[in-house]
Amino acid sequence: MSDVQDESVLRLVGLRKSYGVGTPVETEVLHGIDLTLGRRDFAALVGPSGSGKSTLLNLIGLLDRPTSGELYLLGRPTRDLDDAARTALRASAIGFVFQFHHLIEGFTALENVLMPLMLARGRPDAATVAWARELLESVGLGGFADRRPGELSGGQQQRVAVARALVTRPALLLADEPTGNLDTRSAQGVFELFRRFNAELGCAVLLVTHDPRLAEACDRTISLVDGRIVSDSPNRRLVSPRSP
Amino acid sequence: MWTEWTIAIRLLREGRVQSLLIIVGIAVGVAVIVFITALISGLQANTIRRTLGTQAHVRVEPPDEVNRIAPAAPGVVQLVLEDRRAQRLRSIRDWQQVRDTLERLPGVVAVSPIVSGPAFARRGSARNSIALIGADPARYVRVVPIHENLIAGAFRVGAGDATIGRGLADELGVRVGDKIRIDAGEGATAVVNVAGIFELGVRELDERYVFVDLKQAQSLLDLPGGVTVIDVTVEEIFGAADIAARISRLTGLKAESWMQTNSQLLNALSAQSLSAAMIGFFVAVSVAFAIASVLSISVVQHTREIGILRAMGATQPTMLRVFLLQGAVFGLLGSTAGVLLGLALLLAFDTFGPRLFEVPVEPGLLFAAIALATLTGTVSAAVPARRAARLDPVAAIRYV
Repeated sequence: MSDVQDESVLRLVGLRKSYGVGTPVETEVLHGIDLTLGRRDFAALVGPSGSGKSTLLNLIGLLDRPTSGELYLLGRPTRDLDDAARTALRASAIGFVFQFHHLIEGFTALENVLMPLMLARGRPDAATVAWARELLESVGLGGFADRRPGELSGGQQQRVAVARALVTRPALLLADEPTGNLDTRSAQGVFELFRRFNAELGCAVLLVTHDPRLAEACDRTISLVDGRIVSDSPNRRLVSPRSP
Repeated sequence: MWTEWTIAIRLLREGRVQSLLIIVGIAVGVAVIVFITALISGLQANTIRRTLGTQAHVRVEPPDEVNRIAPAAPGVVQLVLEDRRAQRLRSIRDWQQVRDTLERLPGVVAVSPIVSGPAFARRGSARNSIALIGADPARYVRVVPIHENLIAGAFRVGAGDATIGRGLADELGVRVGDKIRIDAGEGATAVVNVAGIFELGVRELDERYVFVDLKQAQSLLDLPGGVTVIDVTVEEIFGAADIAARISRLTGLKAESWMQTNSQLLNALSAQSLSAAMIGFFVAVSVAFAIASVLSISVVQHTREIGILRAMGATQPTMLRVFLLQGAVFGLLGSTAGVLLGLALLLAFDTFGPRLFEVPVEPGLLFAAIALATLTGTVSAAVPARRAARLDPVAAIRYV
């Protein structure tokens, strides 16, 4: 099969999602999405409220199952995977950044960053801890490793969340309105992190946003309206192109 | 398991007040169970010890004498009008053999043949009815520890010596060294020297028991060479009924255990045990419900965290284990505190209580309480843990 040589991180084929299946109020929110995301892609997913952005992101993140269609992650079909296999694939291939930073209270910043690896492999070894510290360092929070989420500002928490999303070296970083809850400066800082990790770690980034300026700063913009992709095009470079 | 354990503990620590409250609740419940159980078993042990302190575990007597009615010739209708026979005092046949047989019986600790019958004790014009007992002291003290209950003199019965109860001594106004006359009827009398005075704490016995030499009692009661009763002490007191039945089968004699003689007491004891068990059960059930409800609330409180953890790679079994561990931790901490509290209560009871009896503290009970509470905690966590595991990550993340 061509899947083996598939160079895409993500490939959606005729993906549909309905809610209330089998009930009189069955509603289809995604009407056959076809989309391919290559390695190192840096794309924005835009669209008005209710267009199905979050639903699509949940499907891509393997948090939810499509009603029909197929989703290939790293060339692997995911439709028939059970919960354990989906969880394992999600943990190894995908990093999440949510709108509300969503750190876990009761754990320090460093432990929050380590959490995905702790869930996958148990007690972290010294090398793992060093990697997590390095990530914290690179998001500018080297001195905040032992702070609890409550002791960090919103922007700092979101940067911890970015570090956490990257700790597993995922092939795909999904961000749902990652800057929606931040002031302009913090938002800019977080966006630059995505840019940097996209370049340095080579992970594809798919960023859901409402903010047209943020979308324009990405390499590619995918517009979703009423559950259909209405446009998908590279952006004209207004700012300096990303560094090699 | 390390990760689950870490998450479980951190979530518990985060809801510190809530965790502390439920642990205190469990502690109180476990303390009640420990205290009640120890109290009841102490009370029962004490009651049994007191009851058995003054009587044999098994009493072997000759079978009742019955009328032998000649069968009627075939074809003849027989009408029988029967009077039960009066049971005269008589000896166990071949009692030496019976004694030796009983001594070899497994589970039997001591065997003491005695001859016992009614008599009067007289001093001057005072006369009291007594139970005259001829016994071998070395054997008898292993059945009823008279020597431990002496208030004067010694438990000596040979050569015209007798040991009597305090009640009788007071009635007759005698002290150690005084003489009393024993009158067994039919002109059989003897003068004996009071060598010891005992007090068993049972009025009936202290007023009536008079111990003399086996031979002297045999001659006074006109049973030369005979014994009327063989008292038996057994190793396992609640096995007495079985041993009695066995003795009965083996020897054809009448063997009665303390359990038959004290069936009322046994009923009371088992009712006590039952009520203690009921209290324990219902306390345990309410503790289990408390743990389940606290964890249910905790699942709701941590819905978002559960969603994030799921998104970051926590499997359903992982989430299940996190909450089961929390239940186990509640059970373990709560019951450890409860056991300590229960111990303190027991110590207080033994020190400041009515001091009627000592309540024993058995390490086995304490460990059992901790183990059982930990298990209860884990089991009660099952329902909330399943809910946590089955939370839809998408909905959970959006939960505010």
